[in-house]
Amino acid sequence: MQIIPPISILASGTLAIGEGADTPEIDLHSVDYAILGVYILVVIGIGFVLKKYVKSASDFLTSGRSIPVWVTGLAFLSANLGAQEVIGMAASGAKYGIMTSHFYWVGAIPAMIFLAIFMMPFYYGSRARSVPEYLKLRFDEKTRGLNAISFAVMTVASSGASLHALAALLHLLLKWDYNFSLIVSSVVVLAYVLKGGLSSAIYTEVLQFFLIVLGFAPLVIIGLNDLGGWSGLTASLAKNNGAEFVHSWKYMGTTANPMGVEWFGMIFGLGFVLSFGYWCTDFLVVQRAMAAKTMGDARRTPIIGAIPKMLFPVIVILPGMIALGLAAKAGSGYSIPHGVTGATDYNLVIPSLIAHYLPTGMLGLALTALMASFMSGMAGNVTAFNTVWTYDIYQSYIGKGKSDAHYMWMAKFATVAGIVISIGFAYVAKNVDNIMDFLQLVFGFVNAPVFATFLLGMFWKRATGHGAFYGLLAGTLCAMVFHGISSPQLLKAGEVIPWVKGGWISHHYQFTSSMAQNFWLAIVAWSFCFVITIGISLATQRTKTDGELAGLVYSLTEKIKEVDEPMWKRPAVVGSIVLIIAVILNIIFW
Amino acid sequence: MNFDLRLPIGILFTLFGLILTGFGLFTTSLGHNINISWGIVQLVFGSLMLFFALRKGKA
Repeated sequence: MQIIPPISILASGTLAIGEGADTPEIDLHSVDYAILGVYILVVIGIGFVLKKYVKSASDFLTSGRSIPVWVTGLAFLSANLGAQEVIGMAASGAKYGIMTSHFYWVGAIPAMIFLAIFMMPFYYGSRARSVPEYLKLRFDEKTRGLNAISFAVMTVASSGASLHALAALLHLLLKWDYNFSLIVSSVVVLAYVLKGGLSSAIYTEVLQFFLIVLGFAPLVIIGLNDLGGWSGLTASLAKNNGAEFVHSWKYMGTTANPMGVEWFGMIFGLGFVLSFGYWCTDFLVVQRAMAAKTMGDARRTPIIGAIPKMLFPVIVILPGMIALGLAAKAGSGYSIPHGVTGATDYNLVIPSLIAHYLPTGMLGLALTALMASFMSGMAGNVTAFNTVWTYDIYQSYIGKGKSDAHYMWMAKFATVAGIVISIGFAYVAKNVDNIMDFLQLVFGFVNAPVFATFLLGMFWKRATGHGAFYGLLAGTLCAMVFHGISSPQLLKAGEVIPWVKGGWISHHYQFTSSMAQNFWLAIVAWSFCFVITIGISLATQRTKTDGELAGLVYSLTEKIKEVDEPMWKRPAVVGSIVLIIAVILNIIFW
Repeated sequence: MNFDLRLPIGILFTLFGLILTGFGLFTTSLGHNINISWGIVQLVFGSLMLFFALRKGKA
């Protein structure tokens, strides 16, 4: 339940883009527009073709559980591959070097495998249509309501943030009018989502996956060619930026590294609390797995997504490192652009590399990939929003017992409303300073403890609805207080920082970076929620019998037997292999 | 759902490949016209997707 993928929040803050003296300017020609036009026609065409398969609210909102597993697997990965990730991870690659890979090999793969093996059987087997609905079945109505309402607000805010970032970037690079970019991209998303519902969003996410790979791979190939390959790049970084830029773990014994995070904060804060909280409970990504045809396919979905996810640092992190190497190379003619304040603007690494390397033609392909990632990120948010709105809010509290046709109409209305509200959020983000920082802060408080609730709900039958609800509230409150008594930097006597960064009560805990502060905030809030949920559960009576919890709790659910399936189709076997490869990658880049 | 996503993927990347290769022929640190080389990559990928989608359609 993240507003945007946690890496973007933690690694690069809100995707704030502003014009500096050396901001790259890009001129598009007719061949570039032709590529962009072909893409828009194909995605809208997919929406129109899928329209004939949408006959009920279930088809529109959950794809009728009919999507092939290779599609759900790639969509599971692509739903997280919005432009904030593409731009934010390249920015992090330039700021932190190879350490950025922690967001993949520690902060994604283990959680994806855990979801596949242990959690998907409950989400899919319970026939819940959404993650909040699972909470209702497992706990009670108030826990579902808290999760559904906070998720709905977060998804449209996230969609608005994505829309604002797209329009701001296009205005900066291409001098396109902000309002024009906003409206055109919204209309395109609306056109294909309104026709095909979730299926449209999932299918276009897979298109976007291939587009990003084929659109950005040339940056890596030409960049490495210019720097003398991988060995040339690492030698340049070690010489000009420090050895810590080419090692992922070697310098994590203390906080004296580019991220300012030590190994425990990294493993427990990112690798467990934030990563599992995002990949295992965020309906935006889980919804892709829930659209699969069978239980086996639903469990294989995160594993299929995890395989390219392991290799994605090559496409999204390496460009940031290449930018550093190029900037240090005499006569390369490249420098990382500066923002309005004159400071280096790492968010412009990808746009500046595109401008530096790609000629007309390839330029159109890369910009189409960038725009596709913005638009599919928005479509993913809108389809998650319309499902939660229709099933978990409208059907539960406002319009109970209506016909399927009525819910279908409501789902389409929610789609239009979601996009209109997103546009509203985009204008708020544009006109109100730091509003998105504030919203991300609040969403961070809500998200930090959420995995504790799911973990106890799925693996401890004694957890009660009261325990879950008040545990979540206590965890959120704890996150807020911890933010108030911590600061993201070591302060000199009398030094003041903006309240949105923390320390608005005291500066009791001073961290070496905002990332370290965020990781520890998550650890503390998660632990507090975990303890409070157990305490209140033990003090309150169970309202669900063992029979009612069958299929919802591990100890009360019949274990899935994989012996009838070939080895390569068993989630536990393939998941373990993927996990071992992730460990090997960590060792190789130690 | 009887919808094969390989068909639109194949159409999209075949068109991209044709546009890039055509423009590349009309008009370089790698030492060759990048639109041609990368256009051919897209063309091959798109054609393969189309081949598998249409082969399934015939079956």
